[in-house]
Amino acid sequence: MKLSIRILILMAALTLGALSASAQGDAKAGADHWMKYTCYGCHGFSGQNGPGMRLVPMKMTVENFTKMVRNPSAPNRMPPYSEKNLTDAQVANIWAYLKTLPDAPPAKDIPLLQQIIGEQK
Amino acid sequence: MAKLKGNLGRRGFLKSAAGGAAAGAAALAVPPQAILAQQEVAQQQGAPQQGGRNRGGATQPDAAVLAREDGTARPTATSRVVERPGSDHMVDVIKSLGIEYCAFNPGSSFEGLHESLINYGENKMPEVLTCLHEESSVAMAHGYAKIEGKPMLALLHGTIGVQHAAMAIYNAYGDRVPIVMIAGVGDTAVPAHTAVDLAVTVRDYVKWDHQPATINTFAQTLQRAYKLAMTPPMAPVLVVADAAHQQMRAPNLNVPKLVMPAVPSADLGSVREIAKMLVAAENPRINAGRAARTQKGMDLLVELAEALQAPVNGVGERINFPSRHPLAGNGAGNPDFVLNLEGGGGGGFGGAAGGGGARPKTVSITSAELLATHNFNVNGNAPQGDLVIAADAEASLPALIEETKKQITPDRKRAFEERGKKHAEANLKARRQAIEAASYGWDASPISLARIAAELWPLIEHEDWSFVSPQGFVGNWPNRLWNMDKTYRYIGGQGAGGMGYGAPASVGAALANRKYGRISVNIQTDGDMNYAPGVLWTAVHHKIPLLSIMHNNRGYHQEVMFVQQQCALRNRGADRAHIGTRLIEPNIDYAKMASAYGMYSEGPIADPKDLLPALKRGVERVKKGEPVMLDVITQPRG
Repeated sequence: MKLSIRILILMAALTLGALSASAQGDAKAGADHWMKYTCYGCHGFSGQNGPGMRLVPMKMTVENFTKMVRNPSAPNRMPPYSEKNLTDAQVANIWAYLKTLPDAPPAKDIPLLQQIIGEQK
Repeated sequence: MAKLKGNLGRRGFLKSAAGGAAAGAAALAVPPQAILAQQEVAQQQGAPQQGGRNRGGATQPDAAVLAREDGTARPTATSRVVERPGSDHMVDVIKSLGIEYCAFNPGSSFEGLHESLINYGENKMPEVLTCLHEESSVAMAHGYAKIEGKPMLALLHGTIGVQHAAMAIYNAYGDRVPIVMIAGVGDTAVPAHTAVDLAVTVRDYVKWDHQPATINTFAQTLQRAYKLAMTPPMAPVLVVADAAHQQMRAPNLNVPKLVMPAVPSADLGSVREIAKMLVAAENPRINAGRAARTQKGMDLLVELAEALQAPVNGVGERINFPSRHPLAGNGAGNPDFVLNLEGGGGGGFGGAAGGGGARPKTVSITSAELLATHNFNVNGNAPQGDLVIAADAEASLPALIEETKKQITPDRKRAFEERGKKHAEANLKARRQAIEAASYGWDASPISLARIAAELWPLIEHEDWSFVSPQGFVGNWPNRLWNMDKTYRYIGGQGAGGMGYGAPASVGAALANRKYGRISVNIQTDGDMNYAPGVLWTAVHHKIPLLSIMHNNRGYHQEVMFVQQQCALRNRGADRAHIGTRLIEPNIDYAKMASAYGMYSEGPIADPKDLLPALKRGVERVKKGEPVMLDVITQPRG
């Protein structure tokens, strides 16, 4: 019995660890997925340019990001990606990659844009 | 509509057929009218003119023709010099139209006219533009007309020239732009280059075509074509000119005085009704598609909008309304009345773009109602509305302004002033928000399209500038960041959505801008560039100043997105959307491409820090009169 409990605890630990690793994702692999699965098409190479949702800075949890990929709110524009097309691990990798991309500077810190805004009357 | 009713007599037929089996077969493929005309020339000159070039005709030319083509044999010498050939008269007629330029890729079906243009006409009014593709000739004329407000002439070589030009003609037709085209016919050496009815290929998307039966009717034909092209709804026209008419003696032919017709405008009764509705509406909005044909049109639209204090969505297929005017945009709230002038606007800033709230009462004034189109749905569905007026919007504006002002009471004026303030506030807020969005991907590599537009603005804002390429694929950033206060600041898109327009139309527009000393800017998409890149050479050869900045996202990006969506929707192969859509392996080096055509170029530029210095160098060279190409690696979309 003691052995069984130990095995169960060990299995649970391993499973949680694997889930944790998956949730964390591999940013390097995610960069490859970003290109390979043409995510850049609608979201830009930057993750923030294009007709798709601005994904940088990435503020979603990996769980919510995965939910969005599986069941997007605007399916006519962003089609749903099933696990057959993009596994949970791959989605997590993309999420991890997006977390590494730098946010844009705010417009107030870009003198050129401030100049153009100032020209508006 | 030109329909040949050839009447080849038995004698003529036997004479043609007697030349041997090969010649006979060729003669059977030649329009009867052309044969008759050539016989007329032969009788006058004593010897038939041989000519032709093989650009892929189905029938192989004989050895004599090939010898002519490769330059080892000269054309058959005539027994005497042809004085005052028909093509000299054609040049006189062309000069009567005030046409500045004549674009063509040379062809034997108009070699007589070609010679007359450069010698008799002294290559002035019109000046010849050497083009490397007929699509470039017509698309250059398309861009030119949108700046200059009048047509350029494009010459097309027989069946092959017309077919090469077809896509560009279709775009111009969809864009309601005037172009005068002359296609030569009678290139008998290569039967595949001639046709019984040459214009049939493009008849469904030219406003008018005709083939004069004799040289005596050429003048009235070309002048009628010009008038139809220039009368709204404007559109391309095609005149087929027989090679024999070009070559025959044609003395003592007069050129009639050109009298332009009045432009069709809305009737006074309709104008009064529209004015009444405009003044009574609580929140009217004006949408403008191609309303401002001229600067006068923009000025009139400003006058109407200010009288009503109504917002104007004025970025349809032209700049119809100054982009930074307080009333530029969709304003505040949902409209209860919409006035569409030559189509709808293009989205605009602020407010609801339409569709929110109850359906507004809608009135449309458009000359597109007068453009009956066969087969092709070029102008889309007929305008819907409570009242549709088939008339030119710009020509209708003076009366509409006068009637509107007459009906505005002091009470209404006070109400208008109040709503004008709300619209101005909403539009200003929307413009600022649009500019703030330019920060997204500001430091990213590849470079964002907003950054290109933002970095370029300080370099041109104190110059006289003109943005000469479409902006839909570049996130409309020029309109969001630049002060578009004149009609020539932006000239719209392809017209019928056909790629291959951008590069040549930009060169044509830049040519028109040259004499005004304007800096022409083209943000050039990579897919479009590759249809007919030879126009880069034309820009260099004719010293046309133009700053071309490649929007090089290395793909047909719209299709990347569409195919990717299909993969996901069908739950398969989401990693394969690049197949057939991306322009990689190898990457195309546009700087080298431009350099090969003799154009100053830089790139590829992928780091935003390298962008501004390159833009500065480019602008300086353009100001000195050069065309320049900067290859910038970009984010896929704005």
